[in-house]
Amino acid sequence: MAEEFFIQGNEACAKGAIAAGCRFFAGYPITPSTEVAETLARELPKVGGSFVQMEDEIASAGAIIGGSWGGAKSMTATSGPGISLMQENIGYAFISETPIVIVDVQRGSPSTAQPTMAAQGDMMQARWGSHGDYEPIALSPSSVQEFFDFTIKAFNLAEEYRCPVFVMADEVIGHMREKIVVEDDIEIVARKRPEKTDDYLPFENIENGTTPMPAFGDGFNVHVTGLTHDERGYPDTNNPETHDKLIQRICDKVLNNRDKICSVKSKGCEDADIVIVSYGGPVRSVIEAAAQARADGKKVGYVKIDTPWPFPDEQLEELTASAKDVLVVEMNLGQMYYEVDRVCKRDANVHLMGKIGGLLPTPDEILEQIDKIGGN
Amino acid sequence: MRTEIRIGGFGGQGVILAGIILGKSACLFDGKEAVQTQSYGPEARGGASKCEVVISDSEIDYPKVLNPDIFIAMSNEALIKYIGDLKDNGTLIVDPTTTDVEDVREFIDEHNIDVYEAPATKTATDEIGLKIVANIVMVGAITKITKVISKEAAIKAIEDSVPKGTEEKNIKAFEAGYALVE
Repeated sequence: MAEEFFIQGNEACAKGAIAAGCRFFAGYPITPSTEVAETLARELPKVGGSFVQMEDEIASAGAIIGGSWGGAKSMTATSGPGISLMQENIGYAFISETPIVIVDVQRGSPSTAQPTMAAQGDMMQARWGSHGDYEPIALSPSSVQEFFDFTIKAFNLAEEYRCPVFVMADEVIGHMREKIVVEDDIEIVARKRPEKTDDYLPFENIENGTTPMPAFGDGFNVHVTGLTHDERGYPDTNNPETHDKLIQRICDKVLNNRDKICSVKSKGCEDADIVIVSYGGPVRSVIEAAAQARADGKKVGYVKIDTPWPFPDEQLEELTASAKDVLVVEMNLGQMYYEVDRVCKRDANVHLMGKIGGLLPTPDEILEQIDKIGGN
Repeated sequence: MRTEIRIGGFGGQGVILAGIILGKSACLFDGKEAVQTQSYGPEARGGASKCEVVISDSEIDYPKVLNPDIFIAMSNEALIKYIGDLKDNGTLIVDPTTTDVEDVREFIDEHNIDVYEAPATKTATDEIGLKIVANIVMVGAITKITKVISKEAAIKAIEDSVPKGTEEKNIKAFEAGYALVE
């Protein structure tokens, strides 16, 4: 029997984590993500899991990397100031191929700016925040239900591809309450564990790119390092070929599966002159604006990006094929806009409606932009 | 139909819980859709607090309240601050113990506002003996006046939302609020 709840986005995220099998949370509570930690502090012990309040955010990221290698599905939750502090260990998680889930409930930024207001200023930090080459996966929920669903999906993708996965929410979605439906047949991806063979290599260059991962204590001979390593995990830092093979594989295991990972939703794009592109909280206003524009006889459609990273190039190209203009609505002064521009600029004019200050763009504000673009 | 509701008061009066109960009633027990949001600032007990609920028969996209159809003021500060957003012919419900509608009389007359006085604080204190259930008394009054949620749904949502062991007192408070207005 499916169960229904009327809860906050952050509570739904915590509920999703437990449903996905998360049994370790380490974090440093920060507004507007605090309810994720608060809920898991209460609920994790009930299912045999552990919650640790850490001394800071980089330690939180370190702890969940350790938790994951200890065999537990592991997560942290934070906001902009925390995601900045975690970046070094996030890079470590990428090169050591450690499945972890990082929830970022975005607030006004930079620095500590607006703790209680919404923003989407961390999108590029999820992409490029740590140094070096890697391909992150990030999901952006637009409803309380999606915050639940996408948290589960984040764990599944982290386990499937053995990598960090971000859930890039915002204060609007984190704090609002809506109904969620929790089905009892939730699809969960279990971690691929290795067979005990003599030739097991924890970082093997296997065909689909994702090597089964043992837990500490399983009896495998495993070395985990942030240095460039060979297939056994042993440092091999001066061999160009080792580095190239390792990093290329870490990137390719995500890039080569874009068709499986990337997800968008859309409406009215087939004949649209103007396509609005958005993700996260602002999608709620975009849907209403697009419907109003259609009712006014304008050919307007929208694309909602579920997975900002890897960026859904192919889907977006297809859905904007008929568009003369593309309008990107986001709560920053232009981040995903540059990705949309890269994909769409050949065939359309790409416009930015970037709103900062903490409030969701209203449907009327978006309609004004549509009028401007349409020359009205 | 989309109905936008705003409840304003002091921190500590339970306006957020009142809004949660409205939203929960609508979407878990009345088969409608609902979204609840709140101003989330450095409020403490005694500061300003605001809670908003959108209730609709169909899916709710834009989740915030811009121009409420129904405004419930549990403090005079909230009454004065938010009255200007209320729709023409909208409904205003005030607690006369903590507000003075004469302060916004001009707006009420100009915009043809339906005004109801629901003495929630007084009722909670005198009839229940617990000032802190004024918010639930107010939910009773809102239910009766606006019919935006059903009485049955409200009672279920209260039972589901208040601390265990306090259900009976809270239902009594709701009934007292429901009986306040004819």
